[in-house]
Amino acid sequence: MSTDTTAPPAPAVPVRPADRAPTLARLTEVELRKLVDTRAGRWLLITIGAIAAVIVTVQLFVVADEQQTFTDFFTPSLLPVALLLPVVGILSITAEWSQRTALTTYALVPRRERVVVAKLAAVVLAALASVLVSLAVAAVGTLLAGATGATGSWQFEWSLLLHAAVLQVVNVLMGAAFGLLLLNTPLAVVSYLLLPTVWTILASMVTALRGPARWLDTSATMEPLFGPDVTAGQWGRMAVSWLVWVAVPVAAGLLRTLRREVS
Amino acid sequence: MIEVDHLTKRYGPHPAVEDVSFRCEPGTVTGFLGPNGAGKSTTMRMICGLTPPTAGSATVGGRPYRRLPNPGREVGVLLDASAQHAGRTGREVLAVAARTMGVDTRRVAATLDLVGLNPAAARRRVRAYSLGMRQRLGLAHALLGDPRVLILDEPANGLDPEGIFWMRGLLRDFADRGGTVLLSSHLLREVEAVADRLVVIGGGRVVAQGGRDELLAGAGTLVRARDPQALRLTLDRAGLDATAGTDGGFVVRAEAGAVGQAAADAGLVLTELRSADTGGLEQLFLTLTAGSSTKESVK
Repeated sequence: MSTDTTAPPAPAVPVRPADRAPTLARLTEVELRKLVDTRAGRWLLITIGAIAAVIVTVQLFVVADEQQTFTDFFTPSLLPVALLLPVVGILSITAEWSQRTALTTYALVPRRERVVVAKLAAVVLAALASVLVSLAVAAVGTLLAGATGATGSWQFEWSLLLHAAVLQVVNVLMGAAFGLLLLNTPLAVVSYLLLPTVWTILASMVTALRGPARWLDTSATMEPLFGPDVTAGQWGRMAVSWLVWVAVPVAAGLLRTLRREVS
Repeated sequence: MIEVDHLTKRYGPHPAVEDVSFRCEPGTVTGFLGPNGAGKSTTMRMICGLTPPTAGSATVGGRPYRRLPNPGREVGVLLDASAQHAGRTGREVLAVAARTMGVDTRRVAATLDLVGLNPAAARRRVRAYSLGMRQRLGLAHALLGDPRVLILDEPANGLDPEGIFWMRGLLRDFADRGGTVLLSSHLLREVEAVADRLVVIGGGRVVAQGGRDELLAGAGTLVRARDPQALRLTLDRAGLDATAGTDGGFVVRAEAGAVGQAAADAGLVLTELRSADTGGLEQLFLTLTAGSSTKESVK
């Protein structure tokens, strides 16, 4: 029996198993970690939760007993999240540039679009988690209301849950889109927070803008999401506003991030 | 292995890097020398795919950086030690990088230890770090993925003499084990102690490159006379190419014998005549890059 004793030639460049590109799941996990591993990020999230808790507490004391239901607690708890979670989305994108960590992030992952997708996935997961927090806060409020002699009704339209999830996800994506387009923290935060006000002022002054505002002012188009019923026409107007304020800035911002010189 | 092939970067009409080519072989340390604003950092950023070049290309391990699937395992990069999130702890900075690269997180503690950041320092936020500590953290970040190539921009900045000595040992050892090192500096002394090869850049162009000893040998002869002006005239008359130093001496691109003969013929009293070694390289560095540092302020 002949035995081939010659070993196969070693590859010129040995491919180590670790030489594979990081998966999107792993990049998303890293981006989620980066949302909470700085004091600024952690406190922003804690503040959002705290404000939701404060709102429920205030309701327990001031609102009439028959209005202390699960739904009545749930809906207002969405507000602080809808306003502030997008700032988390903005920071997730812009902090890379303001803190100059882009230099190491994009050196480790040169395919920058993967980092951006992971960031968007991370803030969407954060938005979905926020809905769970809203549910929990509302549940605690309802229990306390029941214990203190109020209605404490658990009645809940499940469509509200879907609407809340859509609201938070789109809002946080819109924040991220502003961050991606402007790549500058103060600029993105200010323009994101001022945009609805600007619409209101403009629409009140310029009559010709009132028609377009019904389609483009996100605070108006997304208003129905706080209730259980949304008509097809309302969904349509929402979709148009998302296209303009989420899809377009994400696309333009992605292009900008891919081309930008990191230094 | 790093190969840089005719890299050029222009910002509008201003050329930051002009037609730069060099190679860094495994087992060697290449010193990338030049005054501030000469184009070192821009070249390194182009190698790492962070700055798109106007023309030319660069490869690391035979592939363009941006095509490397998991670059952190191939190339350790330290471009700016201050470019870290001030609110993260040193340990967290490395943990994030370890997760990104898929490196065992146990390596984080080992690497921190290697660069001399103790557990107390690792728990502190980067905001509280001195520049020297940031350099050590940056070096740890570069070494974390166990790469075969290191690209370090001014890694000795902010390190104390003991730290610089330690870093030289670390880089020498890395290269001796077959690694490739490219490190930049604007200080010749810092680089000549560790580099095998030198690439000198000034005004965006490579003005000299080669083995360190070869460049040292090519530096010529250092000569000093009691009467420097007479010496200058004599050297000019003899057709010897001389460059005046800051301290009254001249670096002459000729053999010591030729210089001594010219001085003897003119009856000059020499106070020093020797082969210009390190001092000569410094002269070379100064003359080669003269004028280019003033351009930086315009950029």
